[in-house]
Amino acid sequence: MTDWLTLRQPKLKDVPFVLAGPERNRIVIRAANALAQAQGVHTGMAAADAKAIVTNLKVLDDIPDQPLKLLKALGEWCIRYTPIIAMDLPDGLVLDVTGCTHLWGGERACLKEIVTRLRSKGYDVRGAMADTVGTAWAVARFGKVKAIIAEGEQQDALLSLPPAALRLEPLILDRLHKLGFYTISKFIGLGRTAMRRRFGDGFLLRLNQALGTENEPLQLLQPIEPYSERLPCLEPINTAVGIEIAIKTLLENLCRRLAGEGKGIRTAILKCYRLDGQLVTAAIGTNNATHNISHLFKLFELKIATIEPALGIELFTLESPKAEDVEPEQEILWVPEDCSLTDSRLAELLDRLTNKIGASAIHRYLPQEHYWPERSIKTTISLKEKPTTAWRTDRPRPSILLPLPERIDVTSIVPDYPPMLFIYKNKTHHVKKADGPERIEREWWLDQGDHRDYYQVEDEVGQRYWLFRSGHYSADNKPQWYIHGFFA
Amino acid sequence: MYDAKQHIINKLQKDILQWQGFTPPKAGMLKGIGLGPMERAFPNGVFPTGNIHEMICPTPEQAAATSGLMSGIIAFLMKNGGACLWISNGRKQFPPALMTFGVVPDKVIFIDVARERDVLWAMEEALKCEGIAAVIAEVREISFAQSRRLQLAVESSKVTGFLLRNDPSKLGTTTCVARWQITSLPSQLKDELPGVGFPRWQVDLLRVRNGNPGSWKLEWADNCFIPLEDEEELLQQLDERRAG
Repeated sequence: MTDWLTLRQPKLKDVPFVLAGPERNRIVIRAANALAQAQGVHTGMAAADAKAIVTNLKVLDDIPDQPLKLLKALGEWCIRYTPIIAMDLPDGLVLDVTGCTHLWGGERACLKEIVTRLRSKGYDVRGAMADTVGTAWAVARFGKVKAIIAEGEQQDALLSLPPAALRLEPLILDRLHKLGFYTISKFIGLGRTAMRRRFGDGFLLRLNQALGTENEPLQLLQPIEPYSERLPCLEPINTAVGIEIAIKTLLENLCRRLAGEGKGIRTAILKCYRLDGQLVTAAIGTNNATHNISHLFKLFELKIATIEPALGIELFTLESPKAEDVEPEQEILWVPEDCSLTDSRLAELLDRLTNKIGASAIHRYLPQEHYWPERSIKTTISLKEKPTTAWRTDRPRPSILLPLPERIDVTSIVPDYPPMLFIYKNKTHHVKKADGPERIEREWWLDQGDHRDYYQVEDEVGQRYWLFRSGHYSADNKPQWYIHGFFA
Repeated sequence: MYDAKQHIINKLQKDILQWQGFTPPKAGMLKGIGLGPMERAFPNGVFPTGNIHEMICPTPEQAAATSGLMSGIIAFLMKNGGACLWISNGRKQFPPALMTFGVVPDKVIFIDVARERDVLWAMEEALKCEGIAAVIAEVREISFAQSRRLQLAVESSKVTGFLLRNDPSKLGTTTCVARWQITSLPSQLKDELPGVGFPRWQVDLLRVRNGNPGSWKLEWADNCFIPLEDEEELLQQLDERRAG
């Protein structure tokens, strides 16, 4: 952090300075530069104490979140060495260089390259290489003899180091110190049960992680998509035709790989890195996993218009965050009864529609076991879901159902009989024929209210309606009539 | 002399129909789609699949009647497999009712677009897709050029399209093979029984390309259309079928 500030303000180079911020009503030092550290100033010290030690100490305000940003930027810069990079807060980077070192001519050369490159930029870095993250961490910070620990020599390397090299909590460090364990060699031979009893599970975990007997997962800076393709361009691309060719090339490579593994794309993201440093993305989704290039290209084709190339695009990447097993297509000997919805052409059509107008526009309905008309169907997203109950045809249901029943005025002579005439939208309809009533009770466990008595009625010109009366007749209450649908 | 002329004219008519894409039905496929004598109004006497039909339904009552008759036709089209797409903007169709007319509602995919102009785009995309039995779209306005695009799409894919026109003031010239208007008729039950009978419609073909417009009466009973001219005879047959 102080190195970064020195780079920004060269005149700070020859001055001992610290970055400090408030903590519990005190100004505490968060970072100190090499000059200050040489005179005994360390992080965690109160700024006032440090000033007493070093008279010409310069105290600068700490910028919150800046160390994190800086570390992240450095980590991203390091992706040139290996794709697997994790941040080790507050001041470390973990690089998994397995299988990458030969590119730099061996482990020693690789480590030297990384450290010298960073040092040449003005950062004070220390590096170490070992089989486990724990040992590398310890050696990088406390090691004095050698920076590269050979395979299986973690224990030997750790022996002479202080317990703080094990990434332990301050409380445990304090306790170890009190017991006189100044180096790891003093306690590494003790019984495991005794150590667990005294220092807890966290202590053993750290020790095992350093020795390599326990796995240590890394939180990657940039997670690697298992299915992704890159296409760097010699010349920046700024035409639609160029983008089309790029998408086709990427899809061909990715789909060849997916097809070999029997996988298909469910979602894909095209990232276009522009010359001016901006990133443009276009995403598509499919209903069924597919590795059909022409179909996927059609989906991207709809998005090309939204890609703004500006000065030009220098790098395309295509990632598939969601890839699923493809159902193998089978030669069909006979047409099964229910083949209509499994047709891949239909799925591809729906993909195109989904990508243009959105998935919320596409509905498919299945029957639901409710008599209440509004609840008698449910929507389904999947094309493969089969109805769990049969569609009922024993009761008449109208072809057109109003989303909300509309009030009508009726004339009826006998209660519990269909009306003689009704007025809907200022038009009087004389009822000539009627069927009913079909009483549908409200499902009291879902909502409250009156039941409905449905009548199917036909007027003098043959138009058929679905009317209902809400509630019972009683002496002082005249129930309201509604129209709810139109029959064919 | 006269016969020879007539023969030449008949031959020419057949040729023209073929050039326009109406192939004469193959032997064994003459059964039709169940519309009865009405089918004679169409070229070659066959209901034209792989074409676009236009249905006028300005009122909800007519929309319901149209939906009924159309579902009956679609049920025949879907017999060979294939799904059906229903594209609209503000749909009121109640899916379970399709079952009454022989269409399994879960094989119909409803596409409810938010904007009117997406309806035609979606319909064109759907019509281009082979393997679909029918595409229905509720359209308020369509220009001749737009209808020609749809016609080009169905010519290669052989999908049957239905345009539901709910605004009769916007009717223009289109490339549709037929223009239908369906209105409800009072139903009748046998022996003066009370109650509502099977749905009945008056079907008017206002315009048929290379065919004969006309007016017919149909009833939907027992999962098939029954033409009402020889109704008595057919009802009798129906009874026999039920009995035996």
